[in-house]
Amino acid sequence: MPFDFPLPSFPLPWAVVFLPWAGALLLAFLPRERQATLANIGVSAAGFLLALALLAHPGGIQGWTHVDALNTPLVVLSFLIGLTTAVFSHGAVGAERFDALRLRAYHVAFQVFMGAQALALLADNMGVMWVAIEIATMASVLMVAVHGTPPAIEAAWKLFILCGVGITLALFGTIILYLAAQPLVGHGDSGLSWTVLRGLAEQADPGVLNLAFVFLLVGYGTKAGLVPLHSWLPDAEAEGPIAISAVLSGLLLNAALHAVLRAKAIVGAHDGAVAPGRFLLAFGLASLLLAAFALWRRRDARRFFAWSSIEHMGLAAIAFGLGGVAGNLAGLLHMLGHSLCKSAVFFGLGAAVRLRGSQKTADIAGLCASHPGLGWALAIAIAAVAGLPPFSLFASEFLLLTEVAARHAWLILPLGIGLLTATVAKLHILQALCLGDPTPDAPRDAASGGATGADWFTRDWFTLGPVWLHLALALLLGAALPGPLAMLLGQAARIPG
Amino acid sequence: MTFGQLPYDVAHLFGGGMLLLSFMLLYQRRVTAVINGLAIQGAILACAAAWQGGMQSAPQLYLTALIAFAAKAVLIPLALRVLIRRLDMDRTVDTAMGVGPSLIAGVALVALAILVVLPITTGARAIAREDLALALSVVLLGMLMMITRRNAILQVAGLMSMENGLILAAVGVAGMPLVVELSTAALVMVVLVVAGVFVFQIRERFDSVDVSLLDPHRGEGR
Repeated sequence: MPFDFPLPSFPLPWAVVFLPWAGALLLAFLPRERQATLANIGVSAAGFLLALALLAHPGGIQGWTHVDALNTPLVVLSFLIGLTTAVFSHGAVGAERFDALRLRAYHVAFQVFMGAQALALLADNMGVMWVAIEIATMASVLMVAVHGTPPAIEAAWKLFILCGVGITLALFGTIILYLAAQPLVGHGDSGLSWTVLRGLAEQADPGVLNLAFVFLLVGYGTKAGLVPLHSWLPDAEAEGPIAISAVLSGLLLNAALHAVLRAKAIVGAHDGAVAPGRFLLAFGLASLLLAAFALWRRRDARRFFAWSSIEHMGLAAIAFGLGGVAGNLAGLLHMLGHSLCKSAVFFGLGAAVRLRGSQKTADIAGLCASHPGLGWALAIAIAAVAGLPPFSLFASEFLLLTEVAARHAWLILPLGIGLLTATVAKLHILQALCLGDPTPDAPRDAASGGATGADWFTRDWFTLGPVWLHLALALLLGAALPGPLAMLLGQAARIPG
Repeated sequence: MTFGQLPYDVAHLFGGGMLLLSFMLLYQRRVTAVINGLAIQGAILACAAAWQGGMQSAPQLYLTALIAFAAKAVLIPLALRVLIRRLDMDRTVDTAMGVGPSLIAGVALVALAILVVLPITTGARAIAREDLALALSVVLLGMLMMITRRNAILQVAGLMSMENGLILAAVGVAGMPLVVELSTAALVMVVLVVAGVFVFQIRERFDSVDVSLLDPHRGEGR
């Protein structure tokens, strides 16, 4: 039996989940900005170290959680981005001008989100996974709404209502999944265990599995920002503190897509059930094409990169829809690369928005001339997001294209059109934001700080450090994948089927 | 267990009652009447959960029933009433779709739910299948209500109605693990939406038909 794994005594997955939650409790009592942001970095760093310890975990089920090759890299990446976001936030939070209450709400929501994100990835029980994604949703609503301005509330309301409907449908799918398992496992928690369900899927009723998959796909697909259920995403990522855009597109979307993959693995294990890959292909292609053309109409830089997240999630969905080891590997690599590059862009963009006092593309022109350090970092990050070599998104897109050419040649045309349109749109915005004649900076008043040179320098490195770190890692993933990581990803690619 | 036996019939009575109230929510234009309907639906849900608890001899379902009754039949409707008075919304509201078309769409959704659920669940017990069809109908009608209403409170009502259908499905599937935990988590979400409306005094949903109003908010204005 696959679920009779010997239990290691220390519940490491739960420690990874509860550490940020304990940190949230601590941060709820820290009213001073400097203390709070430093404590936030400390908690995030401890979380990252614990997540690294997962790499040495023997794997297998432990109560409601499990550790396998698919979720380990995603958890480690989540905590890495959590840490760099906390570092970025330390330099950037002053410009958000929070009052004491909002500052605490922001930090608490951030750490609650990190814990829920880890639980969503580590949960073996599909019910627990659902609860985790629900908590992550609510924490992200709070983070988006934290400024309390009308656009922020509009974005948060949209996020809440659309994702509320989405996760309601996902819970319905989870219930139906249990209905499929019930004749085989009877009562008890194991009826919702992913490992058990995957093992027994072949004997389950295919019709019930199909119905469950449709609800899970639509439900978690809403959270993953797949077209046509994407409309909350551009609003959510364009409002709220900019550090949040980095975690929303870098982490939340991955957790949702991971949930879809788990559902796909269960349904795909039954030969008589509908092939789940086709649905993912259709959703992915729709996302890619709509986003590729929508990118051209954006005048707001944050919205532009939010739409680019929809495009990249679409590409990952296409890769997972193709399935097979190579397809899944391309999808996984794409998820990891997208998280790294996109959050790097949001960090750089955050600094640029702070300098120019506007997030309109037209107001942020010519960064390379006026602020060379920031400008070139942002330019390279945008090039990485556009999928230019040698960064990892190029590698995953190349792998995806060769896989498509070998297996569904007809897909090359729409995929190529989408990719090309999106890449050119991104090069276009690279040119607009970084090259050309600079627009003037917004006048700095005393409240936003940054008036003295030394202060600006340190703040600058709280932005540029994370950007360069992410880019270096994306380069490593793309150009020289380390052996052990390649092995881990290879194992992971066999899991979704 | 089939048609004509008391436990089976009573379970269906409760499920059918919830569906009937979903239709009432769909055509009702007065906000207070919608809240009343929602409270009654919550009470019937509590009865259904308690009845299933007795049928399946699953004591944890009594807890679900108790929580559903306290929150959905009493506390949330009470809070919504206060909110309506405070926001001065005690009046009829527009729907994006007329009563006739929305009822026809509702009937079509119920037919869809039955057509989808019944053929593919032939392996499951009859009561679970039919409960699931009823529950899916309630979920879909709640969604239809959310689509056709522009008022924030009525959207919350639609979400609550969806949630009710969800819990009807969860209690109807015998032996469902984590039923109490999942239904409580779903409830927390609804409570937080209501709290959000309270704190931010949201009246209308924002993606209204008048797009010109929105463009400046979205940072896309020229």
